[in-house]
Amino acid sequence: MTGATVVAEGLQRSFEAPGGGSLRAIDTLSLTVRPGELTALVGPDGAGKTTLLRMIAGLLTPGGGRLEVLGTDVTRDPQRVQDRISYMPQRFGLYEDLSVQENLDLYADLHRVPQDERGPRFTRLLKMTDMARFTARPAGKLSGGMKQKLGLACTLVRAPELLLLDEPSVGVDPLSRRDLWAIVQQLVEDDGLSVIVSTAYMDEAARCAQVHVMNHGRILASGTPKALCARVQGLTFAAVPPAGVHPRVLQARMLAAPEVIVDATPHGGAVHYVRQPQADAARLAEALDGAASAPRGEGLEDAFMLLLRQHDNGTHHALPEPDERTPASAVAPDNPNVSPIISVRNLVRRFGDFTAVASTSFEVLPGEIFGLLGPNGAGKTTTFRMLCGLLPATEGQLEVAGRDLRTARARARARIGYVAQKFSLYGNLSVRENLEFFGGAYGLRGRALRTQVRAALERFDLDPTARSGELPAGYKQRLAMATGLLHAPQILFLDEPTSGIDPLARRAFWRTITGLAGAGVTIIVTTHFMEEAEYCDRIAIQDAGEMLVIGTPQQVRDKAGADRGTDMNAAFIGIVEQARATREAAV
Amino acid sequence: MQDALAWLAQIAALIRKEFRDLFKDPSSRALLLVPAILQSLLFGYGATYDLTHVPYAVLDQSRGAASTRLLASLDGGGVFTRVATLDNARQIAAVIDSGDALLALAIPADFEARLATGRDAPLQVILDGRNSATAAAAAAQIAAVVGAVNVARGHAPLVTIDRRAWFNPNLESRWNLMPPLIAALSMIQTLLLSALSVAREREQGTFDQLLVTPLTPLQILIGKALPTMTVGILQSTLIFLIILFWFGIPMVGSVWLLYLGLASFTLASVGIGLSISAVALTMQQAMLYTFLIVMPLMLLSGLLTPIRNMPQVLQWLTYANPLRFGVDLVRRVYLEGAGLAEVGADFVPLLCVAALTLPLAAWLFRHRLS
Repeated sequence: MTGATVVAEGLQRSFEAPGGGSLRAIDTLSLTVRPGELTALVGPDGAGKTTLLRMIAGLLTPGGGRLEVLGTDVTRDPQRVQDRISYMPQRFGLYEDLSVQENLDLYADLHRVPQDERGPRFTRLLKMTDMARFTARPAGKLSGGMKQKLGLACTLVRAPELLLLDEPSVGVDPLSRRDLWAIVQQLVEDDGLSVIVSTAYMDEAARCAQVHVMNHGRILASGTPKALCARVQGLTFAAVPPAGVHPRVLQARMLAAPEVIVDATPHGGAVHYVRQPQADAARLAEALDGAASAPRGEGLEDAFMLLLRQHDNGTHHALPEPDERTPASAVAPDNPNVSPIISVRNLVRRFGDFTAVASTSFEVLPGEIFGLLGPNGAGKTTTFRMLCGLLPATEGQLEVAGRDLRTARARARARIGYVAQKFSLYGNLSVRENLEFFGGAYGLRGRALRTQVRAALERFDLDPTARSGELPAGYKQRLAMATGLLHAPQILFLDEPTSGIDPLARRAFWRTITGLAGAGVTIIVTTHFMEEAEYCDRIAIQDAGEMLVIGTPQQVRDKAGADRGTDMNAAFIGIVEQARATREAAV
Repeated sequence: MQDALAWLAQIAALIRKEFRDLFKDPSSRALLLVPAILQSLLFGYGATYDLTHVPYAVLDQSRGAASTRLLASLDGGGVFTRVATLDNARQIAAVIDSGDALLALAIPADFEARLATGRDAPLQVILDGRNSATAAAAAAQIAAVVGAVNVARGHAPLVTIDRRAWFNPNLESRWNLMPPLIAALSMIQTLLLSALSVAREREQGTFDQLLVTPLTPLQILIGKALPTMTVGILQSTLIFLIILFWFGIPMVGSVWLLYLGLASFTLASVGIGLSISAVALTMQQAMLYTFLIVMPLMLLSGLLTPIRNMPQVLQWLTYANPLRFGVDLVRRVYLEGAGLAEVGADFVPLLCVAALTLPLAAWLFRHRLS
């Protein structure tokens, strides 16, 4: 008896690969999870996080090695383990037509929770999730963040000894994410619950007592966030780009020099970067191109990126450099000589008596990256769908490239590209078949089609024969991008394109976007990752259908107040909460 | 010209995609063929009105030479099987109630004596009326056997009927029932396939991706309808071949006319299916709506029961039912060898249904948005 919650030794698990052969999802992995703590599993897509969690939950049998959960060999007696743990998968099975209360009752029945325990338990869960007001609402009518909270509440209808959460905050906005983590942390502190959570957000992992960094089915490093951060000590800097240069342009240039730069991200008007421990000083200066650089404190994401780059030798997620046909310079938003490519005036959308979008106006200039930000249910997706012509507006005017796409002739639609929120290409078809179909739908044929498809396959490093539905999340996202760009559109619409993909794939994605913007493509993007707002020329924050603020990232940060610092996440939460307080005061 | 080519090329891309999606998966590929084969075999062997086996009980109180002769001709006829020989009238109820016998034949004690003296000799037949059609057929059979006995005794009836059934000389119900299946069975699949096609895309989010492309609703309509029609007509062909070669029911009419009819019929079915699909938001809804309408379509088609026996209101309703005209067309072309002049009227309602439902579906693509 070790007293540990989970002990894994030499654990293995392989899956049949789609094209024959086998894929090692977990490869001689050993780890120990201590009781009463928050433990994080982080790693890129396909690292084996979900497989490991499912094995711990007794839902998958290991191919080899030993796995003990709560002192029981889970391979031998999975039921005994399952009686004592709770597992929340990535897509929790809520019954959308049942109300919040009925969902809770159902899961309490399924887990045979005694009637007399339910009352106090439900009261506590509803209070923690702040859902007591919504018990009669059908689960299908809840926002993404609330659904996730309800899923967590249903997972917790009985008091488990170990809670397993598989990427609980995918697709959840910063406010709901904060609430979700407050609940989990309260459970750990008050009840001494052991929690294992897999996540793609490093700020979440940083809140955990222990972090295990996984890659290719192995543990790369384990330790407290502090111990892991120590690995990048002295390697983290912030570079300020020269006036008139967008940080993303400097960032893209720095990422193009992987032999000296481990990682770079735009942050608060500067570029945060991690340099290689043995970076050649001259080569580094060249990559910085004269930008002033100063040391900064290190974060868990810096350490994570260093670990992955060292393990993968930098080859893993390297995307070919997008060709920058025109000099990368964003059009100044106040330039009077440029007419907007998208203009929206007093746009309103109502569903029955519910106003999803209230009197919204904004303009987007050619070549801009424009970010639509907001909590779940703020009206971003509704605005987005109206712009693409997928939803009629109740009131107001909107013009995309001079037309309303809903009523415009089909040819007008050929000027836009669209990447939907969830993967929405044909999962049955191969990568090539999807590309060929959409190319054909956009009017490409013969040699032009073949050339474009070949170029897209090369540019996004895609395997043409792979079945689209079986691609890892990051590759699905690449295919969606490749499809959206096949016909060289002037405007690209991206609805939460980075939701559920790991930091490496997100870097690669934004490098592509930076390249496209440099080539003059206008980009409209919605996202839940507030740090991604830093890539945008301008952002708009919506909540409850209202436009709260619109401007450059710096202007938005200024509006949130200096005390929020340079952190976009904090600025976002500040602005939304401020607006909500004003609205409640007005009622 | 160049524009028209480009327009067609876009549709071709959509059609190619639809076929790939349909045939990619081995299990869904099998699903396109196996049900059609199984169902036509099931119908061919299972669904028949022909009376080939009638279990009966006999209460012979006469026990004379005449009654023995009568029973011998019943037992030897191949249709009647004696399951019980009763001793008294009280036992009749038990054999009928239990369903052991479809009918009970009671021969009174004075049967022999009455015949000998040249008087009427009534026989009593008790029928199980719970299945009226079979009971009536069995009664007719018995009457025929008794008639034969009368003729043998030299009592020729004054008026005789000489029966010649056209188009189906032996009046086999299989002949009547099976050719319309060429339309009916494939309709179920055509409806389901087309009903699921848009609903599946909506559910999986691919329909949005399709709508933002420059494809027009008309192009999407053609691209969706043609592959489903092809599958429907291939299935019809499969059923046609089974009926023709396996069951050996001879085809009298023109194959071209049959296929022209099938094409119009499938077009109307696809129109209905795509309209369902465009209304439904999920695959589950599409499936439910389809099953909801398949039953009335079948019942009001004249496939199993004649339309002229239905109440007038229902008869009017059948004009909206493409299957009614599909069944009529196929049956008449197949069995009677009807030409275009005879079945031309069947095309009118079929094309009307298609002309209403197809544009409706195309309009709904863009206007039914969540």
